[in-house]
Amino acid sequence: MKLVVAIVRPEKLPDVLESLFRADVRGLTINRVQGHGGETERVETYRGTTVKMELSEKVRLEIGVSDHFVEPTVRAILAAARTGAVGDGKIFVLPVEKVYRIRTAEEDQAAVTPVGV
Amino acid sequence: MNNCDIAWMLVATALVLLMTPALGFFYGGLVRSKNALNTMMMSFAALGFVGLAWAFAGYSLSFGEGSPLFGDLSHALLSGVGLSAQGTIPHILFMAYQGTFAIITAALISGAIVERMRFGPYLAFLTLWSLLVYAPIAHWVWGGGWLQKLGALDFAGGTVVHINAAAGALVAAIVLKPRKDFARQAILPHNVPFTLLGAGLLWFGWFGFNGGSALAANASAALAFVNTMLAPIATLFVWTLLDLRRNGKATAVGAATGIVVGLVAITPAAGFVSPLSAILIGGLSAFPSYFALLYRARTRLDDSLDVVAAHGLGGTMGALLTGVLAEKAWNGTADGALFGNLRQLAIQAVGVAATVAFSAVGTFVILKAIALVAPLRAGAREEGLGLDVTQHGEEAYAQGEGAILVLGDPAAPATPLAAPALDSPRG
Repeated sequence: MKLVVAIVRPEKLPDVLESLFRADVRGLTINRVQGHGGETERVETYRGTTVKMELSEKVRLEIGVSDHFVEPTVRAILAAARTGAVGDGKIFVLPVEKVYRIRTAEEDQAAVTPVGV
Repeated sequence: MNNCDIAWMLVATALVLLMTPALGFFYGGLVRSKNALNTMMMSFAALGFVGLAWAFAGYSLSFGEGSPLFGDLSHALLSGVGLSAQGTIPHILFMAYQGTFAIITAALISGAIVERMRFGPYLAFLTLWSLLVYAPIAHWVWGGGWLQKLGALDFAGGTVVHINAAAGALVAAIVLKPRKDFARQAILPHNVPFTLLGAGLLWFGWFGFNGGSALAANASAALAFVNTMLAPIATLFVWTLLDLRRNGKATAVGAATGIVVGLVAITPAAGFVSPLSAILIGGLSAFPSYFALLYRARTRLDDSLDVVAAHGLGGTMGALLTGVLAEKAWNGTADGALFGNLRQLAIQAVGVAATVAFSAVGTFVILKAIALVAPLRAGAREEGLGLDVTQHGEEAYAQGEGAILVLGDPAAPATPLAAPALDSPRG
């Protein structure tokens, strides 16, 4: 099992979700986060105060998948989240030691297999 | 001159001016948070740009004697607009009161083109539209033009303001084309309480809009004022029932919309119909707008905030029902079709048709002319990031985290003071 962590642009989130559902990836968690990935700074001005915004709004997705699902998941995100400009985000694939599904107490592989698949 | 009239018209002018910020809240709540400031600025900017155009030339083009089709420039730069009487109030107060109408009419159009128009071209459009489209139509109906001579009844601007703005909005939405996310993603209102606040403040301001259109503190003003209270009440009631019937839930956005539709519908009729007729107009006007809203969302027309359904259909219902329900016993001027004057209904229809045609053509020409000089649309990337950041360099809900204070020239290298610099910018 792996944990796929993807950080994407908020405006690309609908595309990413659609792409993931098409790839039969169900079960994910998202967070609104702020981060910096080398984008050119945005300058904002409020009355006399000019600021450079170093942090940009991003969305972080966390998806627990079985090993053979890592590839389609990553591909789905790569295809949907890309704009080509700096700041498109990152995908991390992390090893997972143990997974439990709370409702059934299923473990590992069974716990990350969507119901009805 | 009459001091009572002056006192009421001073208050009414302030009330109508408040409607434009109120519209900003109404519209601002309905868009996504990344476009909240841009949408509200589209209304607020009208205060500055249309307001100035009005003082310099718009007032004269509307209310200068001129011909049946256009005013003239005899009052340009407010020449001859002084403290002498215009009716029973000072000329300058009359000018200011009418100016508040020009401002909100232009701002109404913005609802059809939110979340995608570049702000510079929008300002140019707003200003030109108020001079080339609003001023002539205001002249036709109120400034001694041909519709006034024909006997069209438009108490406070059902055609001049609402049908006019809606026709412009329809054309603008078509010329600007749909937002890139339209019909592909769910685009939800980001702050429904703002929209309710806006609807409430619009209602409050509308007492000046309709009540003040009597241009005096008299019985006609009282009738218009009371009808402005009764009609939206009926619309809200019917709208809520329609909502409940459709999905078992009365929605807040629906309530805000229903109030505005009722206000729009009673605008042309306010001082011409009995209070019971006002309730009837309010209730009936809910139907076309309600079903048009549902239908529009399934089309390719991205009239984003439904200016056509609310103001176009609401205004048309009001204008035509004025022709049906006007009562000489209440207004002392003219009867409608229900009271034996079928001709009035025909005149009302002519007024609506002429306004729609002129506004549609005028709006199209102005937008295409501006498009020759500068692109109207924000780029796809700007649309994605939101127009607040890309057009205004501000955010409606800035977090402040990671903001580094720039001292002096923003183009110069940053001197980090407010937040520590990141050791490695690429983390």
